[in-house]
Amino acid sequence: MALFQLSRRDALILALFALVVVTMPVWTAPFGANYPGLMQKFAIYAIFAIGFNILFGLTGYLSFGHAAFLGVGSYTAVWSFKLLTMDALPALLLAVLVSGLFALVIGFLSLRRSGIYFSILTLAFAQMSYNLAYSVLTPITNGETSLQLTMQDPRVIDLAFSERGVGLPTASLFGVTLSGLSGFYFCAVVLLIAFFFAQKVFASPFGMMLRGIKSNQMRMSYTGFNTRPYALTAFVISGMYAGLAGALLAVTDPLAGAERMQWTASGEVVLMTILGGVGTLIGPVMGAWLIKYFENIFSSFNEGILSRFFDFVPEPLHDTVVAISSKFVGEGWQLTLGLLFVFVVVFLPGGIMEGVRRIGALFRRRGSPPKADAMRVQPAE
Amino acid sequence: MTNSHNFSRRGVLKGGLAGILATGVAPLMFTRGAYAQEFCNAPSGDSVTLGFNMPLTGAYADEGADQQRAYELAVEHLNGGGDGGLIPTFSSKTLKGSGILGKKVAFVTGDDQTKADAGRDSARRMIERDGAVMITGGSSSAVAIAEQGLCQEMGVIYMAGLTHSNDTTGKDKKKYGFRHFFNAYQSGIALGPVLGEAYGKDRVAYHLTADYTWGWTQEESMIKATEALGWKTMPPVRTPVGAGDFSQYITPFLNSGADVLVLNHYGFDGVNSITQAVQFGLRDRQANGKNVEIVLPLVSDLMAKGAGEAIKGVYGTANWDWQLTDEASKAFTKSFGAKYGQPPSQIAQTSYVQVLLYADAVERAGTFYPPEVIKALEGYEFDGLGNGPTLYRAADHQCFKDVYVVKGKDAPSNPYDLLEVVGTASRDSVTYDPAIFGGELGPDTPAKC
Repeated sequence: MALFQLSRRDALILALFALVVVTMPVWTAPFGANYPGLMQKFAIYAIFAIGFNILFGLTGYLSFGHAAFLGVGSYTAVWSFKLLTMDALPALLLAVLVSGLFALVIGFLSLRRSGIYFSILTLAFAQMSYNLAYSVLTPITNGETSLQLTMQDPRVIDLAFSERGVGLPTASLFGVTLSGLSGFYFCAVVLLIAFFFAQKVFASPFGMMLRGIKSNQMRMSYTGFNTRPYALTAFVISGMYAGLAGALLAVTDPLAGAERMQWTASGEVVLMTILGGVGTLIGPVMGAWLIKYFENIFSSFNEGILSRFFDFVPEPLHDTVVAISSKFVGEGWQLTLGLLFVFVVVFLPGGIMEGVRRIGALFRRRGSPPKADAMRVQPAE
Repeated sequence: MTNSHNFSRRGVLKGGLAGILATGVAPLMFTRGAYAQEFCNAPSGDSVTLGFNMPLTGAYADEGADQQRAYELAVEHLNGGGDGGLIPTFSSKTLKGSGILGKKVAFVTGDDQTKADAGRDSARRMIERDGAVMITGGSSSAVAIAEQGLCQEMGVIYMAGLTHSNDTTGKDKKKYGFRHFFNAYQSGIALGPVLGEAYGKDRVAYHLTADYTWGWTQEESMIKATEALGWKTMPPVRTPVGAGDFSQYITPFLNSGADVLVLNHYGFDGVNSITQAVQFGLRDRQANGKNVEIVLPLVSDLMAKGAGEAIKGVYGTANWDWQLTDEASKAFTKSFGAKYGQPPSQIAQTSYVQVLLYADAVERAGTFYPPEVIKALEGYEFDGLGNGPTLYRAADHQCFKDVYVVKGKDAPSNPYDLLEVVGTASRDSVTYDPAIFGGELGPDTPAKC
């Protein structure tokens, strides 16, 4: 079927990517990141970043409010758990649907402007959603306290078939509970599907159209295209990706808080994409993994761990080294991330993927002269 | 007949297998501790890991920093370091400074960022990766309730830190969650009569409330307590956590006709709102022919320090204060001061005590198996930890002990002498029927994570 066909190169990338994702519990072990909670985040935020990249990487529209869709997805999924069933599929479908509709409304309004004005509009809408979720819509979102499952939830579909069990239920897929590793593999499968879909978008004429918008929107209109429906479609698709990611967050941990929609969360996905490489398929995924790793692992380092790490440093220097480096871990993890970000933007404007390409070119230089586009710099727009 | 001992291959296998079963595996199968490895993060080596999860960033970061100090001190004392702190004064004598059940206490820390999401992430890391057998922490009730829910799911005991919402041991109580700190309802009972005496029976209160579970329940409890006095209440105003600037909320108060401003704020929020209220000249104003007063129902030394001048003469309640004169409080203040050069705040005390109570419960249960530890904590009556005789009530896992009414000191004698205890509500007076808040503890079935 043509619908599921990929070019040879894309199929190879997908296969390699699948291998990397599926073996994640193995290769993350040396970094201390091989626990389900973090690996689930790796998969989920990769989906979020891939979706964001469909908008930002292809059309060049920088949305600063994508966390709103993530939050909408989470809330929808938790409500689906509360009202309907603990099964993950209805939650995912509803979340994608609702966040898609939400993206349609916000996109329709925001896409009337481009450039910085578009960014500000999306930021404003996201901040509005955050404040709504935080205060006005407290009956729906439970505000700062976060929306959680309770023992009294109706769960109409589940309770029609079985008795209410003791304790709070966990999300499941056709009866298989999705916690721990099974939760991770569920997210991984969804990630692979999302990645495949993104590949199809990138390779399609529609993707080409989006790239056209990025390189020169005016030229597109002069050649007779109305660009807005294309940009809006890209916006909605990427909103749906965010909603899907939000729903998965709720599947792995049935709790939805308003802070998921805060502007910092929107900024985070922008960082992920730029750090990894805008407009590339793999880049945003790597950016997402790096940031989540920093957030979860670096923030857990304390002076005790550092002290052991710097054991090799001679005694007089030891305390100084620990004291200095302790500013960059624990609560200071964002400082390290900021430095890394500056480094990437200054030296590798195309993100990690540019670094990978440069190293690749270095090795290729001996055999054949490097292709011109291999060195092409992709500025972080 | 050279083959009298004819070992057939089959025979050897059969005999061997039976032998292995009889001598090797079988005893292990039957004598292995009935609970061993049957629960989440059963400690296996010669050390046991506890997870300390506190707000190192966000609106309650000051509290989190003091909490971390207290946890590190508790671990030191459990492992036999320092002067033993509260171990000698504790009414239970099971702790010997040799760790917990002979295992050395190790710990991991995490930043909950004063956010429920981040707190759960951090707690999950401790449980799934670091193998923490108990999680403690939280300076925000929203975080504490979220973490408590997670710990219930994962079958890990959660010893709540500073959480003052009625919901923690009320509507959202959990079998695996325990709270030593007092709650908003008890604050209301303790503070009500004092306010009535100081400010009269004919007052109009205006509430600014942190917009989450703690703020909501404290507002409710305070309204209940003050309306019982005969006060009237204006419609409460909810403010976001970490708002920073409260001036927009204080101006409407000035025009509202109310004469008491109740600030249901904590941490930096409390510091900011009370400072700004005082800067707006609230103290010098009159309304309805009476002086305008400010009440901060939950106050801590850290907030008093942050607020400086503004805290003087303001009434609030506290779980504990370092200037209490019982042996335990003195011992703790001395021990904490020796290590950190400053007196402990109430959050440090409750956090420290929670770790000791967990360690003691494990010792008394003789196992880390959570259902047994829960049984050891439930209905446990103890003393010598700074709060006087205290009961861990089985019905809702709330501690019952005296509640202190404090007031910002007018003439502090040193930089830490900021609050004075002006009244004590007895344990009996702050005991209530657990049924008033509803909620269910849920099952104690251990999970395998």
